[in-house]
This record gives sequence, structure tokens and C-alpha cells, in this order.
Amino acid sequence: MRTHSSLRLLGAVAVASTIALTATACGSDAADGGSAGTSGPKEVAAALEKGGKVTVWAWEPTLKKVAEDFEQKYPKVDVELVNAGTGDKQYTALQNAIAAGSGAPDVAQVEYYALGQFTIGKSVEDLAPYGATKHATSFTSGPWNAVHQDDAIYALPMDSGPMAFFYNKKVFDKHHIKVPTTWDEYVEAARALHKADPKVFIANDTGDAGATTSLIWQAGGHPYKTDGTDVKIDFTDDGSKTYAATWQKLLDEKLLSPVNPWSDAWYKGLADGSIATLTTGAWMPANFASGVASASGDWRVAPLPQWKKGGKASAENGGSSLAVPKVAKNKELAYAFAEFATTGTGASSRVAQGAFPATRADLESKAFLDTEFPYFGGQKANQIFAESAANVGSDWQYLPYQVYANSIFNDTVGKAYVSPTKLSEGLKAWQDASVKYGKDQGFTVNK
Amino acid sequence: MTLLSTRATAAPPPRARARLRFRKEAFVGWGFVGPFVAVFALVFLAPIGYAIYLSLFQNRLIGGTSFVGLDNYGEALTDPRFWDGLTRVGMFLLVQVPVMLGIALLVALAIDSGRLYGKTFFRVSVFLPYAVPAVVASLIWGFMYGTQFGLVGNINEALGVTLPNPLSPSLALASIGNIVTWEFVGYNMLIFYSALKVVPSSLYEAAAIDGAGEWRVVWSIKLPAIRSAVVIATIFSIIGSFQLFNEPSILQKLAPNAITSDFTPNLYTYSLSFAGQQHNYAATVAIVMGVITAIIAYAVQLRGMRKG
Repeated sequence: MRTHSSLRLLGAVAVASTIALTATACGSDAADGGSAGTSGPKEVAAALEKGGKVTVWAWEPTLKKVAEDFEQKYPKVDVELVNAGTGDKQYTALQNAIAAGSGAPDVAQVEYYALGQFTIGKSVEDLAPYGATKHATSFTSGPWNAVHQDDAIYALPMDSGPMAFFYNKKVFDKHHIKVPTTWDEYVEAARALHKADPKVFIANDTGDAGATTSLIWQAGGHPYKTDGTDVKIDFTDDGSKTYAATWQKLLDEKLLSPVNPWSDAWYKGLADGSIATLTTGAWMPANFASGVASASGDWRVAPLPQWKKGGKASAENGGSSLAVPKVAKNKELAYAFAEFATTGTGASSRVAQGAFPATRADLESKAFLDTEFPYFGGQKANQIFAESAANVGSDWQYLPYQVYANSIFNDTVGKAYVSPTKLSEGLKAWQDASVKYGKDQGFTVNK
Repeated sequence: MTLLSTRATAAPPPRARARLRFRKEAFVGWGFVGPFVAVFALVFLAPIGYAIYLSLFQNRLIGGTSFVGLDNYGEALTDPRFWDGLTRVGMFLLVQVPVMLGIALLVALAIDSGRLYGKTFFRVSVFLPYAVPAVVASLIWGFMYGTQFGLVGNINEALGVTLPNPLSPSLALASIGNIVTWEFVGYNMLIFYSALKVVPSSLYEAAAIDGAGEWRVVWSIKLPAIRSAVVIATIFSIIGSFQLFNEPSILQKLAPNAITSDFTPNLYTYSLSFAGQQHNYAATVAIVMGVITAIIAYAVQLRGMRKG
């Protein structure tokens, strides 16, 4: 690195920008020309008859089997499943491909929080005319709210992440600590655990945008309000304040382990009991079984601790949908695949493989609810997840540029984790930076 | 041009024909430099030109692309996130570069003194870290810096002490400086050592006859002889400091709150471009940074050469 000339760097940045920008330049035409004529369910059926190739960008492992089943049912259709990266990486690639007008997939996996970035740029197809409207009642309310705006349906929900409280029962039993049912009890438990064994922390937290917004969501906060290009950001509402006040106690008393999620240290901590609980989405069990196999039997699932005693509020964390980019070559087939993978037998097959459903039918099926998890000591954990899904606050919104906002979370809110900066100040700084970006990007923010 | 003049003297032609031939042969000259110019223009001038072109536009999620003239430059010059990063690499430059070059110089002089046993082993082992890719080096050091399961954590546990976290906001820059020093001492040592090797031995003999001691030889012969090598190494190091990217980018995963997305100007450019989709502004920041680096490197070169 040290021997490179500065001009070489400049060149590299220029080349990178060139690719992206040329992409943008060509993109506008393609996007405008893409919506020729409206397709309906008839055209979809015809396309399935005719056959062709569907390219799918997704990192969800359960789609492999779905793709095989789809090809078996419609022999003339060829599904190409590509893992173009997880999360942000895939969105960057997708954004560039969409802008370039070529190289984009027919179907793309997009997390709910990121979908806004694609709908605002009008880069994903409205699936309502293809027949998506008829599925309105088949999905649970949280995911469905995330994919539709008024009459337009921009994606089909693939899975969901109603939150639950995972705790290491062995550790709690050893120190005779009661499993918290409210966040105040959670703080008490954090103190008691850490006092009983200074190596044990109630949780790890180094500042995670997704977890923070989800807990504010659970607390009834609405920091983001989006109406088209009109955006309001306010981290001083009651929900945000409630969250910040409680979490500040945990930070001040150093009750959270400074271990990054998904790191080796994290898996170790979950396995050896030094990270005693985890508050996250219902998609977690599969990760427990594969990443923390040695602690099998130690962990249990409980409903989320509540902000108000006796409450049942919940929120979503993670979860993704299947969207069809406007520049997709074969939108009818693309829709057919997305519909197949997210509803009916496709959805059931994915649930059987361990995905957490966004479909009411699967969520309410007896087989699903009665599934016993050997990892959680035979607990019927899906009952807790299903109840959580039913209690998700329904009017939550993300920013239309949440992917960017999350990327600067640690620059702003992160300060509260490593310096005397207060969490509320950090949230304010995050708000200010998000407002600035929104204005720069042409949104009307906080007016 | 040399070609032209030798031919011209061989047989002086009439004026008109000379002009004709001049044109033809000028074209021949272009034929020689053509391949170079083409490649140079394509891989060097074109990207810079395109970056400048990009920096004059703005692309928004709402409203698309529009020409904004020099607005991006105005924004960059008053952008606190850019200046914070620049100040940070400036501090890094003032502390880390003298330390690194000082150590490199000492090692080079020690190896050159001929009083060291296992000279070759020493030389190779000091140089070896340079052969480790910066990404790998940062990962290795990142593991050692860990206060939970890393070397620092192990020391804390074994000795019952609490060492300060090397990746806390106040120490992160110093920790990165340590990695960069580890990586590049050997490289700079080699530059100095090879410059020392070409000092004529007659100078040392003359010094010995004059009764000069080892320190006197170092001060009056060796250091003046490798002055230009020191200037070159300094310029490389200045450029390298301003371009700091790999090390903070890797350590950011381990300490996301200490190493922000605008920690160094390069990191800032990267996050603007890839997380924020602000390619135009990223190009602007890159150009401003390139110009600043060029000015400082040039100033150091002028000063270094003047004294020599």
C-alpha cells in the first residue's frame, strides 16, 4: 500500500466510480422503457407454459430445494440460483446492476429494511397487477406492511423475524436468577449475573442499528415516518426515549460484553455461557444449532421482556422478501417463481427446512406449532415465535435509505458505547446525519 | 529529434523537401511514443479526467443527475468529516513516519556496520513482515489486540492486570501506527541499506587514516551519502500515510465504534461511494486528497533536494 502513488489511488477510485456512474447514465432509459404494457395472471401462466430462464439472487439457503421443486413442476423453466453476497454486498451489486440496466437478476432477495431504497428509486416492479393482491391476507401483518404501499406491492414476504428472548438456562439456574419479563428486570438480571460472575454478561452489544431500531419499535417508538419523498426523523419520541434510558443504564454500568456479533468470540461466548442471553429474530435457532452446537440443551426461548409490565408488544428483526427488479428480462416468470417460493407448498417446504414463515397458514399449522426443538431441550419454541409474530407493532416504518443510515450508526450512536457520550446524544447525532443525507439526496426531511 | 538532425547533416536538402521530411519524421517519432502515450492516456489520464468530470455532477435518489459545477469542491473543503480524517492521517504522519524511518535507519546502520553476527538472518527477518499482505498483517494484529480472546486478553488474565484496550477510540490510531511500523520498517531498512552499500570503500579507508571513529563515520560519511534515499523513503511514507486504508478498514470490523467510516480520507471516500452511492462526491474527495498529497510530497522533495 505504501509504495503506491497517490495518483494510482485516484485512478482506482475513478475507475470504480466510472463503472458505477456509466451504469447510472444508461440506467435511466432502461428503467423508463421497462414498464411496457401490464402483465396479468394470464401472462404469467402463459410464460410458465412457454418456459425460459429465471435468475435469482439470494443467500437464503432454503431456496435451493424450492428451485428444484419449481423446475420439476414447470419443466420448461430453468432456475439459476446465485449467491451474490449477503445483505449490503448484494444490495451494492444489485443497485449497480439495476442502474446499468443489464446483469440484474429476475428475482432478488431484499431484507425488509432495505426494500425502501429500491422502491423509492422505482427500481422494483409493482407486483399487484401480476396477481399479488390475492395474497394480501395470506401473510402475517408485520412482513406484509413492509412490502406494500397503498395499492402497490413491491415484493413478496419470504420469511420474518418476530423477536424472542433466547437465554442460557444453565447460567440462569446456576446463579439462581429469574428470567426477566420486563426490561427493568433485565437490567436487574444483568447486574446480578455480572456480580455473581464478573466474566458473565447478560448480552453482547457493540452498537447494532438493526437491534436498536427493533427495540425502539417494540417500545412503541416511530422515529421514522415516510410518505413518498417526505421523510420525518425523530429520535426524541417516547419509544426512543424509553429505550435510551434503559440501555444507558446497561452502558453506564458496563453490563454489556463488547463482543461483535457473528465473530468467533461471539460464538465462543454463546457456547461457554459468558454471553447469557440474546434478543433477536426467530430465524436464530438454525444458527444456534450450527454455530453453537456444543451448548445444545443449555438454551431456552422466552417471550421478549416488556417495556410495560404485563404487555405483549413485539417487533421484527431481520427477515427478507423476494422482489422483481424493473429491469428483469422475464418478469412474468420472475413473479411466478417469487409467488411459488413465498406461498403454498414452496413456503411450507422452506419452513420444513428451518426458515421462519411469513405465511399465516404455516404459522398456524399444528405441525409447525408443535415442533419440538432438541437444541432448546425439546421446547416448542415456535409457539413463542408465533405469538410474538401476532403482536408485532404494525405501523413501523424504515427510512427509504436505511441501508446508508445503518452504515453510519456506529459513527454516531457507537460513540455512546466507547466514550462518555450519552445514548440519547448519539441517537440525535444519527438523526442529524440521516437528515443531512436525506436532504442531499433530494428528500424533503423534517419539514 | 536526434534522428532528424543526424540525417539533416548527412545531406542538406532544399527547404521545401526538408519541411516535408520534417513532417514525415515527426510522425515517425509519434510512432515510437504512440504505444506509450495510448496506454498512458487510457490507464492514467482518462481515469483522472473522468474523476474530474464526475466531480462536477450530483446524482440524487430523488431528482437524478444534474450538473453542479464546483459545488462538490465547496462542500468537500468545508466537510468536517473529511477534515477530521485528514487531521487524523496528518497526526499519524507526524508521529509514525519519524519513528518508522528512525528504526529503519538504525537497523540499516547496524547491519551495515559489519559488527553484527547473523547479518543475513537479521536482514531477512526484519524485511519479512513486508512480505505479509497488509490485510493479513492487520488481521494478525487485530487478533493480538483483542481484550476478550486475544493476546491482550490473555496477558490480562495471566497477570491479573487490566491493560488499556488497544482498539479504544483514544488508542486505535497508535495501534494502527504500530502495525504500519511493523510492516514497513524492513522495506525502508532495505532502501537505506542498499544506499549504504554503494558508498565507496575508499571513503571509509580515508576516514580510518584520519582517525575517525565509528560514530564520526556514520555522521560525516554514511548519513550524507544516503540523504537522497532518506528523502525518497520519506516521500513514500507521506503518500502511504495519506492513503491509510487497509489497516483501519480491517480493524473496523473489530472496533466499529472506535474506527468510524470517516476515520481516514480514503476510508471516507470508500464509504461515500459504496454505502452512500455518492460517487460524484467520492470522486471530489479523492481529487482533493490527491492534490493535497501531491503538494505535500512535492514540498518535501523540494526541501530535501535543496539541502542536498
